[in-house]
Formats: sequence, structure tokens, C-alpha cells
Amino acid sequence: MSAEKTTVEKSELNKVPFSTRVRPYLIVAPSLIITIGIMIPFVMAIWYSLTNYSFKLPTHKFIWIDNWVNMLGDPSFWKAVKISLEYGVISTAVEMLLGLGVAILLNNLNNGLSKVLRVLLVFPLMIAPVTATIVWQLMLNSSVGIVEKLLNIFGVYNFPWAAAPETAMMTVIMIDVWINTAFIILLVLAGLQSLPKSPFESAKIDGGSAWFNFTNLTLPMLKPSLYIALLFRLMAALQEYAVIFALTKGGPGDALMSLSLTAYQKGFKFQKFGAAIPFILVLWLIINVAAKRIVKLQRNAQKQAAGLEE
Amino acid sequence: MRKVLALTMVAAMVAGMLTGCSSSAPAPAADAAPAAAPAASAEASGDFDWKRFDGEEITVLFSEHTYSDAVEEKLNEFTEKTGIKVNYSSMPEGNYFEKLNVELSSHSGSIDVFMTGAYQSWEYATAGNLEPLENFIGTDLTSPDWNYDDFIPGVIDALKWDLVPGHPVGSGSQWALPMGWEVNILTYNKKILEANNIEPPKTAEDLLEASKALKEFDGSGTYGLAVRGLPDWGTIHPAYMSLYSTWGAKDFEIEDGKLVSKVNSPEAVAMTEYWVDLVKNGGAPQWATYGWEMCGADLGAGKAAMMWDADRGGYTQNTPGSSAEAGNMAFGMVPYPESAGKTEADMRSNLWVWSMAMNADSAKKEAAWYFMQYFTSPEYMLWAGVEKACTDTPRTSVLESEEYKNSVADAEGYYDAFATVSKTASIFFTAQPYFTETTTEWAKTLQDLVTTDKYASVQDAMDELKATMDELVSDLEVE
Repeated sequence: MSAEKTTVEKSELNKVPFSTRVRPYLIVAPSLIITIGIMIPFVMAIWYSLTNYSFKLPTHKFIWIDNWVNMLGDPSFWKAVKISLEYGVISTAVEMLLGLGVAILLNNLNNGLSKVLRVLLVFPLMIAPVTATIVWQLMLNSSVGIVEKLLNIFGVYNFPWAAAPETAMMTVIMIDVWINTAFIILLVLAGLQSLPKSPFESAKIDGGSAWFNFTNLTLPMLKPSLYIALLFRLMAALQEYAVIFALTKGGPGDALMSLSLTAYQKGFKFQKFGAAIPFILVLWLIINVAAKRIVKLQRNAQKQAAGLEE
Repeated sequence: MRKVLALTMVAAMVAGMLTGCSSSAPAPAADAAPAAAPAASAEASGDFDWKRFDGEEITVLFSEHTYSDAVEEKLNEFTEKTGIKVNYSSMPEGNYFEKLNVELSSHSGSIDVFMTGAYQSWEYATAGNLEPLENFIGTDLTSPDWNYDDFIPGVIDALKWDLVPGHPVGSGSQWALPMGWEVNILTYNKKILEANNIEPPKTAEDLLEASKALKEFDGSGTYGLAVRGLPDWGTIHPAYMSLYSTWGAKDFEIEDGKLVSKVNSPEAVAMTEYWVDLVKNGGAPQWATYGWEMCGADLGAGKAAMMWDADRGGYTQNTPGSSAEAGNMAFGMVPYPESAGKTEADMRSNLWVWSMAMNADSAKKEAAWYFMQYFTSPEYMLWAGVEKACTDTPRTSVLESEEYKNSVADAEGYYDAFATVSKTASIFFTAQPYFTETTTEWAKTLQDLVTTDKYASVQDAMDELKATMDELVSDLEVE
């Protein structure tokens, strides 16, 4: 009976033109190829993390989880995790707050000046982070830098900036904020301009205060955009390499040796790729967990904004 | 008068280098060392065929530097003479070696010729990335005009090594050819020192006193002595390693078939204590972010009164139009620690040799060799030394030429310093393939000592560093 049914189904399927049958596969093919392209280096990275792969050795051999065990037992690994998280969380938080504030002000200030400001604010995004960092390095230099001259007016002399462990993190975050806040402003501004007008008009008729409007209307409806901005910035900030490397190469001492820098140093400078890759895979894991959580929050916020969920 | 004095000094310098360098070189060239004579006999007619590899194409990667600028300017002439097309690219020193590591490790032969230093060649040669040049020197692939014996012995020997960790350089294969070499000496701004009634420092004690006295000599941001401070090998090899060796300290010694770090020896600790004091109280406020570029920029801008770095770093700040303080520089030597019983005779300058090497994976080795011999030839090097400020020439014939002497006669004290220091200049690092790792850890320890209270004493820091360095080289077997 079932064999008969199968025969019938197959013969019916044969009646469907070949081009129609193959279409789903063609549609899915590009994304499948891209996924394979992404996964090959990823799987290779996992493989290499289980070997002693080094530029200095003619061949490499499988060493099980030695690299992972060594990394987990290395105090510099835990310090690198702390530095990556500190940099990622603080720089993203500052950029989100600043970006949100500036975007709201620009949205309200809908005149010629705001249009000019919107153009100017994007400038840092057009500069390579390394270039921006070098410019900042010169500005912060205690011998020739303009910032030093400004601080002198307030009685501050020879501020160490990136040259002292106590102020190095603050300095790189400051530069990161200068470069990337514009990204948040752009996304939030786009979100603000896409909000429906009617709830605000109703609130105006009901005499709602600006604070009421912000907390009960703007913020809930803007949340999906905010989460998108948070997702992109946090992912990039956790991976940050260019600003730190250009400014201090991870110093003073190990003060700014994040996971990215440690992996770079081990891999490219010391030529020990097998030992470097676990650092990057841990970074991937941290970013993956954070990203999944933010995506979930974004979906919930989207449902709430659409009135589908309380 | 100054020129006459300078010329006299040049003569003394050349004599000193020819005898002194070779005598201070660690060991004479051994079995694998190339010989120049066969080249001359093989091509005695002088009809060397420069067009033998006409139509070939090679790729060259250099670090941006005075030496590479000079090469770039002559690329067209090289192509005209040989018919070999050169795909040339250069990049800033900051990331150069990392980029090179990737290119070489791919074993794709994507680069045929590249710039390297002696220290890096230990790592590359061990990994099999370098082509031994005795395969070309002294063969019919070498022009009779290209004179191997004309290279200053101490410089050319610095690029030979037998691949045995702990063995001194100077024997084994010729892994690279020198483009220029640098000794690390004191450069000072004589105008600033005179204005502050400070005599040019000769001893380490003088230097410390002067550096402290010159702190903020012209307001905030100005300081006594510029030295490097980034967390990498570049911080260790110039001034620090020179004084370290002058103090009588060693980086490694061989014990029971193993390399053992000696960075916690009494001499090493005493020198490092001095260094930390010097940097803290006489160095740049942002020392930990300073590479050679920043040191030179501060000296040239009159923000630093003195600099202890490569001689040419100070020299290039002094050429007319190159900096705000051009013309005010003068050259000292290696300040020696009198308190440790050292005299001028104990001065040791660590040597840096910018060199060019051939990729062992190159598919166009003969054409690559033509490029290398052209750009290390006496004729080219005379032009580069006279016209392009490549003053630290590795060729004796250039040093002896009148054109060269006249071109560099105006730099006050330069010859005196160069002539004296070069007699005992050498590579004072132990040749071993973990040079980058060990010196990076070393520089980080210095940063911690200067910028933090992480260690109770310099002795504690150096004890910890010794343990780290021993661990890094633990897998090396020394024969």
C-alpha cells in the first residue's frame, strides 16, 4: 500500500517541470556557498588550535587540547578577557548614551544647523581607525600636542594618557568614542525618524510632558533600533584591535593586552598560530553569547513596539 | 678647519673599523662563508651579462627607511640595465615584520627579496625562509665589480650564523647582505645644553645628572633624554642593550647544553636600576608610547635635549631643512658607568644592520640575486651614501672615498663617535630563534618598572623576567 503511494507521489513529482523543482536549490545555493565559505576557515581554526602550528616549524602535529589547557592556566589570558570586556562594555555604553543624546537633540533641532551637524558628525567614520589614532597620539603628546596645551591652561601638566597603566584604558576608550559615536547617532536618528507621528500627537493633546513622551513613547518604540546599534557596536568593540595597537601596542606592560592583541602577538609576532587561535575562539564565544542575548532582546522589543506583547 | 678635522677622523675611523671591527667580530667566517675571489676569476674579462635574466619579474618588499627610499629611486635604472621588472612595495616599520612573517610562512614565494635585520634573520633562517647567499656569491652569477671583501668585516659577519642557538654570529651561512648599519650613540642639542650650562655627557652618571637637570628645560613637555619605550624588541636593542653590555651584563649564557637567561645578574640589575631612574626622571613623560620616530621628532623639534638611539636617527634630524633644530646637533658616544669601574675602553654599542635577504621559496632566485648585488654594489652604495644620506655605509671603499667624506664632514662629533664606537660595536644579543618573544617580555618588564609599582624591586622584576625567558627558550638544544 505504502509502496503504491510512493510510486504515485514520485510520478506526480516527475510531472513538475525540472526548472521548478530545481528552483529552491538555486535560491538557497548562494547562501549555502557563503555559509560553507565562512565555515571552512572557522573549522580550520578549531583544527589548528589543536596543533602546534607555527611559522617557525616546517610541519605541525596534533597536540590534543594542550593549547587550550596552556591558555586557561595562563594568568595573562584571564587578564586579556577582563581587558576585552572592560573595553567593549565601557566604550559601547558611553557611545550608546552619547549617541542617543545627540541623536535626540539633532532630531528635535530640525533646522539648517542640524543638517550641517549631521554631515560633520559622520567624518570620524570616514577615517581609518589607525589614522584617527595616530592623529590623537600627536594631539595627546605632552611635547607637541594641542591637548597638553589646553590642559596647561587648567594647571594640568604632562598628563600621561596612554603612557601610564592607570590612564591607558581611558585614553583608548576616548579615541574609540570619538570614532564610533557617530555610528550610533546615525542608527538612532534613522530610528527616531521612522517612528509614527500619531502617538506623539495624541500625547500632545493629552498634555504629556517631554519626559513622559520620552520614557513611554520614544524609548519603547526606539528600543529595536537601539538594540541593533548596541549589537553592532558591542561586537566591534569586543574585537577592537586597531586603536590599541596603533597607540600602545598593548602596553604599558600588559595594561591593554586584550584578547585580539594577545592573539595577534602570539600568532603574527611570535609566529605561534596554534597557541594564538584559542584566544580568538574564546573571543568569538563571548561575542556569540552577547550577540544572541541582544538579538533576543531586540526581537522582544520589536514585538512590544508593535503592540504584540506586553 | 672643521672639515680638515673631520677628514682626519674619517681616516682614523676607517683604519679603526677595518682592524677593530674584524678583531671584535665574534668569529672568522667558517666553512660555509662565501669567498669573493672566485667571482673575480670567473668573470675576469669584466663582460658580465647583466641582461641574462631579461624579461623576468621579481617582487620586493621593504620597510620604509632612508635605505629603501634610495633603492626605490634607482629601480628604473636597474630595470634598464638588467631587463628585470621589479614589483616594489614598502610599508612602515611598525607592522613590517608581521606582514613579512605571514608572507614568508605561506611558502608561496610571493616575495623574492625583502629587508630584514640580523636578529630577525635568526628566526627566518631557523624556519628555512632564507636562501643561503653563498649559493650565488663567488659564482658566475656575480659581477666581478661586486666585491665581497669590500664589506666591513664586522658588518658582513653579523649576517652569518650557523643556526646553533647560543653560537655567536660570524660563522656559517651568509643569510643576508647589509644595506646600512647603525651604532647607538648619544646625540645632543648643543644649543640647549649650552643654554643650560651643561657639558655633553660622557659617563652614565653625567647623563643621568644632565637628563634630570634638563627636565622641563623649556616648560611642560620638554625633557632631557629621548629613548624608546614601546613594548617590543625595538626598546631593548638600541640604547638599553648598549649600556647593558657596557655595564658588563649578558642576556644569555650556555649552561649544561641549555641557554640560561642572565638578566638577573648583579650587573644587569644595577644597569636596569640606573635605566629606570634615567627614564623616570629624565625621559619623555609618555616614554611608554615612544618608538624611534617619536624620539627623533622630539629631538628635531627641540623638545628633547638629547637622544640615545641609532646614530643616523640623530644625523637625519641635523641635515639642513629636516627639522626645527637642524644644525644644532652634535654627537657623543656611549655613556659608560664610571661607578661600575668602566672606562671609555669599555664602551659597547649594540649593532643594527638593515639588510636584504632572499626568500628560500622564491622561484626567481637568479633574478633576485641580480637585484641584491646591484643594490649592494660599491657603485650604488657610494651614490646612496653621498646623495641619499645613507651614511652608515657597509662598504670600506665608500668610507674611504673623498666624495663620501666631504658629504658627511659637517656633522660635529659624528666621525669621532662613529670611529671610536664602531671599533667595539657588535651584536650583543645571543643568537637564538626566540629573539622576538624574549625581547618583548624584556621591554614589558621595563615598562612595568617605569610606569607601575608592580615589583617591590628591580631585582624581583629581573628574577621574574629571567624565569620567563628561561621558559621561552627551554626547548632549544645548544650543542
